Amino acid sequence: MGEIKKGDTVVVFGAGPVGIFAAKSAQLMGAGRVMIVDGYDYRLEFAQKFTGAEPVNFRELDDPVMFFKKTTDHLGPDVCIEAVGAEADGSFLQRLTGVKMKLQAGAATALYWAIDSVRKGGVISIVGVFGPTSNMVPIGNVVNKGLTIRANQASVRRNVPKLFEHIEAGHVSPKDVLTHRIPLEEISDAYHLFSSKLDNIIKPVLIPPSVRH
Amino acid sequence: MAYNDQQARNILTPAQGWGSDADPRSRPGVPRDKRPELGPETLYPNIQPQLSTYKVHISTEHGKLPPVFGTSAPPSGLSGMMRDFAYKFSEGRFAHWLTLLAADRVNVLEGIISDLRSGHIPNIPKEMGIGAELKYNKKAFLLKVAGIAATLIAAQRIYSHFKEPRERLT
Repeated sequence: MGEIKKGDTVVVFGAGPVGIFAAKSAQLMGAGRVMIVDGYDYRLEFAQKFTGAEPVNFRELDDPVMFFKKTTDHLGPDVCIEAVGAEADGSFLQRLTGVKMKLQAGAATALYWAIDSVRKGGVISIVGVFGPTSNMVPIGNVVNKGLTIRANQASVRRNVPKLFEHIEAGHVSPKDVLTHRIPLEEISDAYHLFSSKLDNIIKPVLIPPSVRH
Repeated sequence: MAYNDQQARNILTPAQGWGSDADPRSRPGVPRDKRPELGPETLYPNIQPQLSTYKVHISTEHGKLPPVFGTSAPPSGLSGMMRDFAYKFSEGRFAHWLTLLAADRVNVLEGIISDLRSGHIPNIPKEMGIGAELKYNKKAFLLKVAGIAATLIAAQRIYSHFKEPRERLT
């Protein structure tokens, strides 16, 4: 969706399983520079190892948008991929209105940063999940900068054959992101572990009793 | 963790498979309107539309249900009535979504009442993953509990402080 071309600078917001694979995909598409943004160092370390992308912890930055401008000669990245969605950290106001008070469809912090960071004429690709109402985003900047916004869920059936090619060629090892194997009966704990990002979790898999030995 | 420009240039190990999909023609999603490869499912006759055995809400924007559908929570009770109301409005109206959000909260309470009626006492802390919280996040959990307790005590003190003078007046 980001129409990544060879040599492009790509910023992926969110180092969860989706963001990690988005960063890896950017590498496979020949991006010249890939940065991945998150607030958890353990996720960034994993993402750097798994994808070769540069890790950026937004908690260490005063203003993430300024960081991306400065590190790209004040132009901004060519493509920003929003892989965070409604639970984004990083802005008190967005958290308060989106997550705590439900006045908007989740915290749109990462989308806000993506729109403000990307270069004029750049592309925003949204794969993060938001609620169905509305969000506070700088839509005026989208117009003024001439941005293209694309959004979708994964077209799994279309992409699986290509993914298998990459696995067979040794480019990707999806099993590496499966950090936790949890019995299905403990699904509540698994959900809490994942949503609260405890125990250095990247992605859990639930094991039904019928396949356990 | 943020690399400066020099550190970024010093990443020496290229990513496995870098550039293997650089040619847009090798990407499954290009062009976007390309039909997906047809699989063995085409050998079977068309899916017969599923028949509903329970009430299914249809958005006013959609003419019909998809061939296959399902829900884990068929509309019932007060939350069902609220959902009936919500589906009178299109998805472009706040009345639709805000009523559905409220109905969802009401449905949670209905679920608890239903559990109690059937003699099952819901273990809400367990359902919220208290086991994982205590195992991996004990310190933050205890701080949160202490914070809530302190807030409640402060609220109670403030309430008593403003209540007492009125009692003295009466």
